Amino acid sequence: MIQVRKLVKRFGLKTVLRGLDFEVQPGEFVALLGPNGAGKTTFLRILASLSRPSLGDVTVAGHRLPGEAAAVRARLGVVSHLPLLYGDLTAEENLRFYARMYNITNHETRITEVLEMVGLENRHRDLVRTYSRGMQQRLAIGRAVLHDPDVMLFDEPYTGLDQDASSMLDEVLKTVAAEGRTVVMTSHDLARAEDLATRFDILSRGVIAASASREQLRQSNLLSFYKEALAG
Amino acid sequence: MTVKITEKNRVETVQLSKVGGRNYSNFLRAVGAVVWKDLQAEFRSRELFTAMLVFSLLIILIFNFALDLDIQTRRSVTAGVLWSTFTFAGTIGLNRSMAIEKDRGCLDGLLLAPVDRSAIYFGKVLSNLAFMLIVEVIVLPIYSILYNTNLLQPGLLGVILLGSIGYVAVGTLLSTMSVQTRTRDILLPILLFPVVIPVVIAAVQASNGILTGAEASEIRPWINLLVAYNVIFLAVAFMLFDYVVEE
Repeated sequence: MIQVRKLVKRFGLKTVLRGLDFEVQPGEFVALLGPNGAGKTTFLRILASLSRPSLGDVTVAGHRLPGEAAAVRARLGVVSHLPLLYGDLTAEENLRFYARMYNITNHETRITEVLEMVGLENRHRDLVRTYSRGMQQRLAIGRAVLHDPDVMLFDEPYTGLDQDASSMLDEVLKTVAAEGRTVVMTSHDLARAEDLATRFDILSRGVIAASASREQLRQSNLLSFYKEALAG
Repeated sequence: MTVKITEKNRVETVQLSKVGGRNYSNFLRAVGAVVWKDLQAEFRSRELFTAMLVFSLLIILIFNFALDLDIQTRRSVTAGVLWSTFTFAGTIGLNRSMAIEKDRGCLDGLLLAPVDRSAIYFGKVLSNLAFMLIVEVIVLPIYSILYNTNLLQPGLLGVILLGSIGYVAVGTLLSTMSVQTRTRDILLPILLFPVVIPVVIAAVQASNGILTGAEASEIRPWINLLVAYNVIFLAVAFMLFDYVVEE
C-alpha cells in the first residue's frame, strides 16, 4: 500500500531524511517511533503530499508522488496533533465542508455515521471551539475517515490529551484499524503504540534504524527494542 | 461503532482523483465550499470584518480632522484617502483570513482535499473580496457624509471593484506565503505593497478622474491597466499557488 525507496528530504543545507526505505502492506498498522527531530513528521507530510521529496520514489495506494498527488489525497486520511477544524463552525458544518471538498455525494448520511462513530452525535450542533481537546481530536478523526480512505496517517494524535481522552481515542483508533485500513502512526507513547500497532519501525537520523512485527517482539518488549535501535 | 461506507462514496472520490480534481464542476464546488465556509465562520465570529471596518473608519476620521481642507481640495484628495484606507484595511483582512487557516492546521486540511489547489486560491480570493467589498460599501456613504462628496457614482464603484479584485488577487497569494513565516504580520505589507503599487496608482488615478469629471479618454488607460493587472495576476496565481503552498 505504501512503498518508499531511497527517500531524501532536504531543507536548505539540512538533510532530514537520508535515503529512507519503507514499505507497508494493506491492512498493516505501523507505529513509527523515534526521538524528536528524527524526521517522523517530515516523512508523514511527504506521504500526505504536503511536502515534496528532494529525491527518491514514493508510492501511496498505487499512485506516485508528487505527480499523482490528487489521486493519493483521495485515498488518504490524515490526523495530526492540530485538529484541522474550524472553531467557528459546528462539528456538522465542518464535516459538511470537508464532504463538499471531497465530493462525497450522500454526505448527510455519511456525516451522521461518522458523528456516531466518534461519539459526538449529541454535540453535532455545537461550535468546535467549545469542544474539549479530546472531543476535537475525535472529530478530527471523523473528518479524516469521512471519505473512507484506504490509508490513514496519524501524527502524534495523543499530544495534549488527558488519560480519559486518550482512552477514548484508543477506542476510535481501534475501530478505524479494524475496518481494514492501512495505518501509519507516529507517537512517543510506546505503551499505546504497543497496544495498537502490528509493526514497529524506529526512525533515527533520517533512516529506518530497526523494524519488527508484533510476533517478532514477543520475546522482547518495545522499550528495549526501541533503546537498542537508537543505540545502534 | 462500525461504519459502513457506501460503494457510491468511494467511487465518487476515486473518480475525482483520476481527473486530478480538474473537472470543472468539482472545481467550482470546491471554490463554493471554501467561500461558504469562510463567510459562515466570519458572519459568526465577525473578527475579521469588525477589525477591517473599525480600522477603515478610524483612518477616515483621522484624515478628516487632520486635513482641514476647503471643499475643492478635499475633492482632489478623496481618491488618495479612499485607497489608502482600503489598502491598509485590506492588509488586516488578508493577514487574518490566512492566519485562521494556519493556526489550527486548517490550511493542511484544505491542501489534503483531492481538488485542484487553485480552487482553494480562488475560494479564498472570493471570500476576501466579499469582506473587502462589504467594508467598502459601509465606508463609502460615511466618507461621503464626512467629506461632503458624492462617492456613490457607478463609474467609481466599478473602479473600486476592479481595484479590489487586483489587490485581493495578489494579496491572497502573498498572504499564503507570508502566513507560513514567523513574521507574518509584518511580512505581508512588505511583500504586498511594492507589488500592488500599479493597482493603487491606477485605481487612484481612475477614481480621481471620475470624481473630477475628467474625459473618458483620460480615465480609460487606467481602467485598462487595472483589467490587465487583474488578468495577469489571477493567471499567475492560478499557476503558482500549488508551489507556494507546498514545502
